[in-house]
Amino acid sequence: MWRGVWTDHMGRTGVIMLGFVLFIILIGPLIFPFNASAFGSSASSILQGPSRAHWMGTTELGQDVFRQFLVGGRISLYVGVSATVIAILLGTGIGLVAGYYVGWRDTILMRVTDFFLVLPTLPLIIVLAALFGQSIVVTSLVIGLTSWPQTARIIRSQVLSLRERPLVLRARSLGARDVRIMGLHILPNVAPLIFANLVLVLSGSILAQAALAFLGLGDPVQASWGTMLHNAFNSGAMSEGAWWYVLTPGIGIVVMVLAFSLVGHALDRVMNPLRRGAR
Amino acid sequence: MSVRYLARKMITLAITLYVTVSFNFLLFHVLPGNPVQLLARSGHFDAAARTQLIKLFGLNHSLLVQYFTYLNDMAHGHLGFSYIYREPVTTVLGSAVGNTVLLVGTATVITVIVGVWFGVVAAARANSLTDASITVTSLSLWSMPDFFTGMILIFIFGVWSHVFPVSGIESPGLTTGTFGHVFDIGRHLILPALTLTLVNAAEFSLITRNTLVDVLVEDYIVTARAKGLRRHVIIWRHAVRNALLPVVTATALYVGMILGGAIQVETVFSWPGLGLLTYNAVEQRDYPVLEGSFLLFAIAVIATNFFADLLYQALDARVRET
Repeated sequence: MWRGVWTDHMGRTGVIMLGFVLFIILIGPLIFPFNASAFGSSASSILQGPSRAHWMGTTELGQDVFRQFLVGGRISLYVGVSATVIAILLGTGIGLVAGYYVGWRDTILMRVTDFFLVLPTLPLIIVLAALFGQSIVVTSLVIGLTSWPQTARIIRSQVLSLRERPLVLRARSLGARDVRIMGLHILPNVAPLIFANLVLVLSGSILAQAALAFLGLGDPVQASWGTMLHNAFNSGAMSEGAWWYVLTPGIGIVVMVLAFSLVGHALDRVMNPLRRGAR
Repeated sequence: MSVRYLARKMITLAITLYVTVSFNFLLFHVLPGNPVQLLARSGHFDAAARTQLIKLFGLNHSLLVQYFTYLNDMAHGHLGFSYIYREPVTTVLGSAVGNTVLLVGTATVITVIVGVWFGVVAAARANSLTDASITVTSLSLWSMPDFFTGMILIFIFGVWSHVFPVSGIESPGLTTGTFGHVFDIGRHLILPALTLTLVNAAEFSLITRNTLVDVLVEDYIVTARAKGLRRHVIIWRHAVRNALLPVVTATALYVGMILGGAIQVETVFSWPGLGLLTYNAVEQRDYPVLEGSFLLFAIAVIATNFFADLLYQALDARVRET
């Protein structure tokens, strides 16, 4: 599976980009010594362009943009990952049960899934965040709870076809318990699909978190890249022409999301050799 | 399409709408931390005022009675009273809907045209450099959050050059006649619409490309080529028609989602539509407006999904149920 991703051009680019981004986020703050929250000493240090002292300029409070960028990436990634974990767990669980136990369980679960699919995601996320507060935990939960239907559907259709395979039929005739069959036979075969979907859900979650943070619903204490953009927007960085404040976190988001999407699409192509004519 | 099928679909629609309205009730009136209770229990009021408030919001009744009162209100078109604007929520929403529809409608038309065109070009030259560059550009554009694209456009067109206005729907204090007014709105429309287009055309071009690529290797296309038809004719008249199906449904679904999805763009450009309204409502915790706009978004998605379904049935003979 991984070799397939590597040989695919776009997949390879994605993996390289991913490595680069992860390196910067995770190792960056350790290497670069600026203090993220140190305020500027005078009014003249507000919204300064990139310079030797501040590689990416300063914010409206005189803080170093580059350092904030390094630290903020972790939050964005963390929320994205947590939300994805929730979404995948929920989605896989529901998809497995619905696809395996066809019948009334399937119908009910699918109705619920369809309902959640229909709800407008961003407004729902906004409302939930407004109701339940603005911590990282809430954000992750909220994004995860709105992203699982997509996974559930995909897993379910795969399980539906898998359960008719001879292996499963034989196991059932031998009297194996359902849970055992699901865990031992079906789950491993669904795993690659889960993985491809996971990466795509991850990129979606990162975008969702960025949107939430931009709209002011992110965790105010832990500044993610979206929060940086929120601050930039509200402090008039644009009328000041402070492009460094906007471009730095923004490009960070784009690169991270793009990296995950490239890898995800490559995985999808590897997993679906049925796609005739395309790469 | 049979009447039975239509009837069944409408029943499903009604049920979904009902569940959505109930879900809305759940969200805003039942869950702990819900605004109605918070308001009544806030420590700022003395006992008498609090009792009045409780009576006003009907909190002295059981949850079930509240629920039916809520449904009753909804049936009569009462969506509550805005805390901030001191007006019925319906009025507040009504003044904003038109602006959003204008923005979204314009953006949708351009998005579909541009997106599909690029998708077709990419598919026609599948696996070439053109295809790769279009696909990569589309993926990159898709990876950009809406608001970030907007901010970049503001920089390019509003700050470093002053070509287009960057906020609002009209210039304050403009005294030209109707045509001048329309033209002014048009100028303000360009950047937000462009932002929406950039992000979403990318998705459309990706969908179109992938669908068309699958269609182009089908047997009937090979037959057409064997017949000697020119490539141009084959692609446009035969292949695209069949590949357009998912695109059409995607368009319908997109319109439904975009009502809620324009929130970011409207915020960045201060476009006075539903999105900006929602953003302000969240900031100021104006829950009645939030509740109303959420309901509106949900209904928009459900309604457009319904029509997308019907459209799909009408267009694709293979899927039609008898």
